Amino acid sequence: MGAPKTLYDKIVDAHTVHRLDENGQVLLYVDRTILNEYTSPQAFSGLREAGRKVWNPAAALMVVDHVNPTATERTLAVADQEAARQIDYFRQNARDFGIELFDILDPRQGIEHVVAPEQGLVMPGMVIAAGDSHTTAYGAFGALSFGIGTSDIEHYLTTQTLVYRRLKTMRVSVIGLLPFGVTSKDLVMEVIRRIGADGATGYAVEFAGETIDALSVEARMTICTMAVEAGARGALIRPDEKVLAYIEGRPRAPKGALWTEACAAWLSLRTDADAVFDREVTISAEEIAPMITWGTSPDQAIAVTGFVPVPDQEPDIVRRHGMERALSYMDLRPGMAAGAIAIDHAFIGSCTNARIEDLRDAARVLRGRRVANGVRAMMVPGSSQVRRQAEAEGLNRIFIDAGFEWRQSGCSMCLAMNDDVLAPGSRCASSTNRNFEGRQGAGARTHLMSPAMVAAAAVAGHITDVRQFVRED
Amino acid sequence: MQPFTIVRGPAAALPTANIDTDVIMPKQFLKGVDRKGLDRGAFFDLRFDGPYRPREDFILNRAGWRNACFLITGANFGCGSSREHAVWGLSQLGIRALIGTSFAGIFNDNCQRNGVLTITLPSAIIEELMMHAGHAETNEMTIDLPAQTITVEATQLVIPFDIDPLRKESLLQGLDAVSATLVHHTDRIRAFEQSHRRANPWFF
Repeated sequence: MGAPKTLYDKIVDAHTVHRLDENGQVLLYVDRTILNEYTSPQAFSGLREAGRKVWNPAAALMVVDHVNPTATERTLAVADQEAARQIDYFRQNARDFGIELFDILDPRQGIEHVVAPEQGLVMPGMVIAAGDSHTTAYGAFGALSFGIGTSDIEHYLTTQTLVYRRLKTMRVSVIGLLPFGVTSKDLVMEVIRRIGADGATGYAVEFAGETIDALSVEARMTICTMAVEAGARGALIRPDEKVLAYIEGRPRAPKGALWTEACAAWLSLRTDADAVFDREVTISAEEIAPMITWGTSPDQAIAVTGFVPVPDQEPDIVRRHGMERALSYMDLRPGMAAGAIAIDHAFIGSCTNARIEDLRDAARVLRGRRVANGVRAMMVPGSSQVRRQAEAEGLNRIFIDAGFEWRQSGCSMCLAMNDDVLAPGSRCASSTNRNFEGRQGAGARTHLMSPAMVAAAAVAGHITDVRQFVRED
Repeated sequence: MQPFTIVRGPAAALPTANIDTDVIMPKQFLKGVDRKGLDRGAFFDLRFDGPYRPREDFILNRAGWRNACFLITGANFGCGSSREHAVWGLSQLGIRALIGTSFAGIFNDNCQRNGVLTITLPSAIIEELMMHAGHAETNEMTIDLPAQTITVEATQLVIPFDIDPLRKESLLQGLDAVSATLVHHTDRIRAFEQSHRRANPWFF
């Protein structure tokens, strides 16, 4: 028996092809990737120019998600010429390199981080690297997963490996149960607020504790997706029976004897009792309220019951400067109540919060209510499958009756690469993951929150506490 | 990849923390299928007021900093999206090195893959470098990668920095990582894959 190890170290060790130096750099075997149309083209061009093949085309999936329109009626044709060219090249690469593609009209199309788990492509103990920072999502399954740039996509496609530097480890232990009306989105926003936008830079973070155990797999995915907003290059939650139940029977899940064998292996994947983390953070779930961001960095967040901070009270000069800049961009007054922030746009979507449970949460708020005058509200399901499931449950009627646009799936206004772009000066309550300057459109302002909080804000016309809209059963 | 050995030129300070890759390279410049023309997009909303009308308040638009080849950056520079376009744009703008207290993980790797040197130093030293970079008379610096030093030319202030040997070597030689892995490790990867498949048949 060796020294006790963290789950992270076990997965890295199990994927180390070769140690490259004494400083923790290794050649890391990567089990799988998911490719999108905007970060992959130059990687494929690199392969073409060098006359190389893809090492294992079966270990990749291509999904159109970033630039496709999400208009209610879906067509194969894309009006934006640049987007159309990216999608055309994507198709050509899928054909020429023999990789499976979920094209725009495919019933399995959707945001890559929603689609891959739906298909059963994500399994505990895997290493998954992909050209999108929110690839950390798959940590909810006990897979080490992280975003990479285009050069590393090319490296992966050619060699099935990456030159990888071992990270430090952090454990975030969450104790107690989340209060009624408080979601895993609020929890991860509180973690980011607490440790900062670079609090986990250089770390892989394991989320643990009774709060995490009690969450659904989808709620855990929200946490792991957002972990990158604190700089984490890997977020892990140990796989449990809920994870097995999620994977079982999905198209790419192992079957029969192999399934039984896999389950036994997966349930044994965990951090050893005496393993030491480089940093430990403990958070009490009971103290968390629904959260919103007020600024332009995900750590600039407050409880919905709180107030926009006052820069003059901030002793650190860099932080003070950052606050002033953010308040100016966001056009907010220091000290104003969160509930006094009026919105003109509401967006429910993204890899972080557009799965079926998110839609159910928002629909619970919207049932029998109407979006306030002057608010444009959009509902963009995380995948075509989520959209169909919601329609089967009648959720689409609730959204439509409330005045939401019921749209097709894609990344959409989370990053506004397609035609879903906010005008300068608009202010959006958004279930997404980034409130950066210009993220949803040049000069537009984003307030991050949970999907239910977005629904409540859409109805009220301003940011408001969702707990006034729903009752505990 | 362009090798990095000894580079001399002006440095510009961008002291704001958390400058993200959306700010470094906005969405409208992400729709290409090649790497061309991204110098136009770098820091677009900070650099331009309307279509390519330079904003005087942005440091890289000011005489003495227009040809900056080093940026002294605030904490967590390059956070957010994995878009390598951010690094391609900086590189095409002539930026050869970034010096700051911390860089986001994916962005840092992307810099390395494109021959852009990132140097991490304590905040007291960064503040000192920002002070020198803030005046056109003192903003000329030399980065000597073999010697691992930054020299402020006006004062001959010499600041040593750490870099791990593997990264240093690949920057010095401008190595292509894909070719290096194929040449040195293909057999190892095949052997590893076989045993990995035996241990985890459900992955394949």
